[in-house]
Amino acid sequence: MNIKNYITLDFPSNSANEAFARAAASAFASQLDPTLEELGDIKTAVSEAVTNCIVHAYPREIGRIRLRLRILDEETLDITVRDWGVGMENVKQAMEPLFTTGGEERSGMGFTIMQSFTDTLHVRSEKGKGTTVSMRRRIFRRSRIG
Amino acid sequence: MNITSAYASGRLTIGLIGELDHHEARETLQSITELLDEYLPRECAMDLSGLRFMDSSGIALIVRLNRKMRELGGRIWIENPSVQTRRVLEAAGIERLVQVAAIGGTT
Repeated sequence: MNIKNYITLDFPSNSANEAFARAAASAFASQLDPTLEELGDIKTAVSEAVTNCIVHAYPREIGRIRLRLRILDEETLDITVRDWGVGMENVKQAMEPLFTTGGEERSGMGFTIMQSFTDTLHVRSEKGKGTTVSMRRRIFRRSRIG
Repeated sequence: MNITSAYASGRLTIGLIGELDHHEARETLQSITELLDEYLPRECAMDLSGLRFMDSSGIALIVRLNRKMRELGGRIWIENPSVQTRRVLEAAGIERLVQVAAIGGTT
């Protein structure tokens, strides 16, 4: 695995940072020459993962969120969103469509959308320790086609 | 989020301009709910052509507005989503609940 480029951003779990995080991911991913549709997918997946941290990991406090973006083998965007919040006992249940503990303001579709918009999704979580969401999305460079 | 509204013969058209995420969702829902309570429309068209971004927070908002319109004995639909918004709507399966129409379409 060749890591061609990477960035790591730490920011507090203020909801205003949702827009910043997805914009940063979009700017970093643009070096892979993605289509607008691919950029939209990346922004959406990052927005969902960061929102989960803000809503669920730190429900009553402002905590730290780490967004790490890497370019692997010149064509894959690797996205990791990590928090040190409350964690989950049952990751499988949390990932089920429509399941939410966020009340009426949440749709329960965040993980479903992350899964739809990326090639791989892995979630590691430990109660009281935090959660790490890792996603990968291959970007087919148009300039290499033909 | 900027919200526009136009009312004519029982139909309220609501336009959303901006990015609809968790940060924007609560205030947006409150503003739209106030418009629905004011006009009590039979039909509500949500024009999403001005929405530059939407995530699952928008899905929750649409589900709640759909419930609200049903309570009012009316119906709601979505018009003109961008490619990004349409992909989110499709991934969430919202079309099982709320119709998604192309430009100016209602059927």
